[in-house]
Amino acid sequence: MMPSGGKQRDLQLANHAIKLTNTMMRDTPLPLDDMIVCPQCDAAYSLRRPAIGERARCVRCGTVLITPRHKAGMQIIALSMTVAILIISATVFPFLTITAAGTSNSVSILDAALAFSDGPLIALSLATAALIVFIPLARVLLAMYVLIPIVLDRPPARGAKQAFRLSEAMRPWSMAEIFAIGCAVALVKITDLADVGFGPAFWMFAALVFLVVVQDNFLCRWSVWNSLENPKR
Amino acid sequence: MQMVGMELAGKSQKIKSARELGLVACTRCTKVWPAGTETCGRCGKRLQSRDSTSLQRVWAYWFVGFLCYIPANMYPMLQTRTLLTVQEDTIVGGAIELFHYGSPGVALIILIASVAIPVGKFLAIAFLALSVVRVSSVSMHQRQLLYEVVEYIGRWSMIDIFVVAIMSSLVQLNTLAAVTPGRASLFFALSVIFTMLSAQAFDSRMIWDLQSRSSDTPDDTSDTSDTSATPNRTAS
Repeated sequence: MMPSGGKQRDLQLANHAIKLTNTMMRDTPLPLDDMIVCPQCDAAYSLRRPAIGERARCVRCGTVLITPRHKAGMQIIALSMTVAILIISATVFPFLTITAAGTSNSVSILDAALAFSDGPLIALSLATAALIVFIPLARVLLAMYVLIPIVLDRPPARGAKQAFRLSEAMRPWSMAEIFAIGCAVALVKITDLADVGFGPAFWMFAALVFLVVVQDNFLCRWSVWNSLENPKR
Repeated sequence: MQMVGMELAGKSQKIKSARELGLVACTRCTKVWPAGTETCGRCGKRLQSRDSTSLQRVWAYWFVGFLCYIPANMYPMLQTRTLLTVQEDTIVGGAIELFHYGSPGVALIILIASVAIPVGKFLAIAFLALSVVRVSSVSMHQRQLLYEVVEYIGRWSMIDIFVVAIMSSLVQLNTLAAVTPGRASLFFALSVIFTMLSAQAFDSRMIWDLQSRSSDTPDDTSDTSDTSATPNRTAS
C-alpha cells in the first residue's frame, strides 16, 4: 500500500481521531497547534515533529507531510543562488548552433522561447519564455528572499508569506526540466537535417535542470511555514 | 516527547478527517482551524472544508481543454520548408513520419507525450470527477494514486511545444531549410494549460469522503495483514 522509505525511516503520525471525536467541544480550546491535517485526504493527526532525516507521512494516502533535513535552509539558499546565476547566463550565451552546407544559425534559450512570434502565436512565445526562464528564476529568487532571514535567525522578511505563497503557486508552472527533454527530442529530429553544436548555455542548462529538481526536493514546506509563523526571535 | 514509530494504523476507516472533527485545515500549509474560519492565519489561504465549486471548475476547464485538443490535432503543428518541398505535419502525422525515417524512439516519446498523456488525462480527470459523486469500485488509494499521477504527468505534455519552439528557432537556414510553428501549437499549449488547471481544481479530499460515509464496509483489502496493529490513543 505505502512505499516504506529505504534509509529514511518513515514514521507514522499518530491518529488523533479517537481521542478527539468524543471530547470535541467547541468551547474548550483544542490544541489545534498540535495537530496536522493531510492536505490531500483531510486525515487529522496529532503533530509529532520527525527528527532530521525522518519523514512524516499520512498513514492513509501516503502524502509526505514533513520532511526536515539537516541544514536544508543553507543548502537551498546555496542551490538557489547557483540556479539564479545559471539561468541568467544560460539565457544570454548561445544555446545551440546548427550548421548545414555552410549556413549556420545560433540561438539562445530566449530565441527558442520566442520562436512563436508571428500573429496570435506571440502569446505562446511569452508563455514559453515564462515557463522555461522567468518562472524558474522567480521561484529561486523568492526562495532566497524567504529563507535567508530564517536561516540567519532574523525575523521573516517583509511579505515573506506572500512571497512563499507565490513561489508555491508557481511550482507546477516551472518547466525547465521538461524543456530539457524537449531539447533532446528536437536534437534527434534535427540531426538528419544538419549538424548541431552545443553552446556553453546548453551545458549550463543541463546542470540547471538537475539543480532545480534537487532544490525543490530539499524544501520542506511545512518547516518553512512553521518558521514563518514562529520566528525564532 | 512522544514515542514515534507506530505501526501501520490498521484499518484505514479508523482515521477521522478534520471535517468530521469539526475542523477545517489549510491545504497549503496544513494548519488546523475550527470549522467556519474564513482564512488561514498562517499562510492566508481561504479555508474551505471541501471546495464546493471544485467539480464545476474541473468540468469547465476540462471542456475547454478538450475543445482545444481537437484543433490541436487537426491543424499542422510544424511546417518544414526545404529547397524543393514544403511539408506540414500534424502531431500524429509527424510522429508517423519519424517512425518511418528511423527514429522510432523519438516517435514514441512524441506519441506518448502528445497523444497518450493528454487523452489519458482527459479520461482520468473525468473518471475522478465522476467517482466522487457516485460510488466507484476503484479503491480510494488507487484513485488518490491516479490523481497524483495526473497532477505530476500533466506538465510533461508541454514537451511537444518546446520541441516545436527549439526546432523553429534553430532551423532557420535561409533558403536551405526553415521550420515554422503551425497553428496547432497554440491550441495544443492551451489544451495542456487548461487540463492542468482542471486537475488543480479537483479537491482530492472528496475522494476520501465517500470512504468515511460508507465506513462500515472496509474498502481495501490490502492492509488486512496489519489489523493486529493497535490503534493509537495518544493523548495530546
